[in-house]
Amino acid sequence: MKRRRILATVAMLVAGSGLVACSSDEGGSDASNCTNTITKKDLPVVTMWGWYPNTQLVVDNFNKQNNEVQVCWTNVGQGGDEYDKFQTAISAGTGAPDVIMVEADRIPTFQIQGALVDIKQYGYDAVKANYSEGAWKDVSVGDAVYGVPVDGGPMGMIYRKDIFDKYKITPPKTWAEYEQAAQKVKDAGGPLFGDFGANVPAVLMALQIQKGATPFSFDPAQPTSIGVKLNDQASKDVLDYWGGLARKGLVGTENQFTPEYISGVINGNYATYISAAWAPGYLTGAGVGKGQDTGKFAVAPLPQWDPANPVQVNWGGSAFSVTKQSKKPELAAKVAYGLYADKESLTDGWTNQVIFPLNLTALKDPAFIDLKVAFFDGQQANKEVYVPAADAYKGVQYAPFGQYYLDAMEKQVSEVIKGSVTGAQAADRLQEDVAKYAKEQGFTVQ
Amino acid sequence: MTSLTEKRAARTQPETRKIRGKVHLREHLMGWLFVGPFGVVFLAFLIAPLLYALYLSLFQKKLIGGTSFVLFDNYVKAFTDPSFLSGAWFVIRFSLVSIPVQIIIALAMALILDSVTTLFARFSRLMIFLPYAIPTVIGAVMWGFLYSKGFGPLTDIFGLFGATAPDFLSSDLIFYGLLNVVTWQWAGYYMIILYAALQGVDPTLYEAARMDGAGRWQIATRIKIPLIAPALILILVFSLIGTLQFFNEPQILRYLAAGAIGSDFTPNMYAYQQAFSLANFNYGSAISFALGGIVFICVYAFLFFTRKRRSFL
Repeated sequence: MKRRRILATVAMLVAGSGLVACSSDEGGSDASNCTNTITKKDLPVVTMWGWYPNTQLVVDNFNKQNNEVQVCWTNVGQGGDEYDKFQTAISAGTGAPDVIMVEADRIPTFQIQGALVDIKQYGYDAVKANYSEGAWKDVSVGDAVYGVPVDGGPMGMIYRKDIFDKYKITPPKTWAEYEQAAQKVKDAGGPLFGDFGANVPAVLMALQIQKGATPFSFDPAQPTSIGVKLNDQASKDVLDYWGGLARKGLVGTENQFTPEYISGVINGNYATYISAAWAPGYLTGAGVGKGQDTGKFAVAPLPQWDPANPVQVNWGGSAFSVTKQSKKPELAAKVAYGLYADKESLTDGWTNQVIFPLNLTALKDPAFIDLKVAFFDGQQANKEVYVPAADAYKGVQYAPFGQYYLDAMEKQVSEVIKGSVTGAQAADRLQEDVAKYAKEQGFTVQ
Repeated sequence: MTSLTEKRAARTQPETRKIRGKVHLREHLMGWLFVGPFGVVFLAFLIAPLLYALYLSLFQKKLIGGTSFVLFDNYVKAFTDPSFLSGAWFVIRFSLVSIPVQIIIALAMALILDSVTTLFARFSRLMIFLPYAIPTVIGAVMWGFLYSKGFGPLTDIFGLFGATAPDFLSSDLIFYGLLNVVTWQWAGYYMIILYAALQGVDPTLYEAARMDGAGRWQIATRIKIPLIAPALILILVFSLIGTLQFFNEPQILRYLAAGAIGSDFTPNMYAYQQAFSLANFNYGSAISFALGGIVFICVYAFLFFTRKRRSFL
């Protein structure tokens, strides 16, 4: 009797301390954690992580239209925050959702760890025609498909019309012209022309690819071997170019996405913002384009190195992937294919510029193409800049250790900003660093 | 449970001994029961994770080739890893500057507040302590704004004199930027500990000193400081451990400081990056243990050093 009581007490204590663990046990798969309310309660539930600003609406639309499955959505943070949590869930072997929003450049990182499901077997053929080949390429590794494309990030040059008018410059068509224009504005006592931020290595990677760099080459048939070329001439040139602009005081070196940077954009401290098609949505959300700077922005195609052979590049862009931890991959795949694919959600996405859709029903919609974008003061930004850029985009081979690469790049860009190394030296260091890491991870580096 | 033994009237000697043994056992068990809750939590949330981390640190997981037992390879790697070494060197340098600054400020304030007893002193005490009541994360965010070139007050203040404000978030000045945040946050807390220790000093000592002709300064340096030496050593150890594990402030300011704070700025941040963003829990654990080793050595060396010194005081 005595023993039993003690045992009971101990059991109670253990249970008590275990409570903390229990509540996080289920992680993403706990239906009670949904941000949205599920109305059709008798249907099976698929959990999902995502951070699109209009996810609530997209999920509600899906749940309303679907009589087979319901989506339980949680926003666990944007970008790196979400990936860190997913990475932890992968390592722990539990806690991941069924469906996850992933940017295209991270797909190989998770794929190589066996964390994503090849969804080709679950109805790929039915929706194949809805997306371009390039869109599918970004979410595929070899023949296998690891995500359903949602949005892309064709890049352009957002600029302040008022500043351009004041200093009598026209949108530069080449990077050489960009520098000349920057110099002209500076000489006239104008604001910075752009920003070279250490925390956006993905932009620099895109700009290096534009000049002809191929950072990574990877053959899924030989998964242990990878080509790493981060210090070829094109990569060095681009780093030197931006490092030079910063050194001459033509562009700022502020971290992007910070209150400091956004307030700078609002105050007209930057004449241009080299960014992607989703930027207007982001900027509007952050308060840009309202009040004093209403209607002052416009967009032009991304400046080129060789205007005779223009190259279009991408920043960001995301997809829905199904995780290996999902116990109902088939249902999860249905969700991945169906989410953000109905007309209503897509239309909301592009009218509010939350996303630049990759779904062809939206991309080919005249209403989308001809849209007069309010942020750009009625400019037909899609028709003039983003749709041609998206059409010309060829796709990129991303690294299976993208996080490490981008972190290492950020570190080197900081050094360039500090002025302690030249762009070319930074590229050499980056090559050495990333190649070493790749070898440590068991790859044969070419 | 006691009914069984008490109801019996007559007992033999061995029986009595047995009962005493049982009572003894019961007392033991009660003792364990009281310690139990702490013990369970201690084992489950401190010892077990530590052992698990130690176990993890002996392995290496590769993207290609999976996990293998490598014994101390991760530690060898850590102590030759420039990221870890530069981070460790930074926190050591930072400790050497920030701890004396914090302690001197805390001590000075505690001594001043101890010798004045006005309403103003009480108010000041509260105000000096207040930063500690603000969570480090919020403090760091706040300072991020105060340092901001765009909308920080520094820009305006320096602008009045036609000067440019120093950019405490740039790589040249981030050391001082962080020094200020840490001092602001912790000096008040240390001040309270020292102040409490000063309150415990017998006031008759001061009277005796004054009769012997000691001035305020002499009382402070010859009586007060030596008597609160244990409290001083306590806060020195606290601040040493805290500074070597520097994480919150740089992690928050990282988003605002353009490239001045990398993901390997301090060993703790580096361990965090390895574990949670690169999924390298093995190396992250090894770094954590290596850092633990450095903290242990530093604290041990410090205590060893002060033990000797204290005999002089």
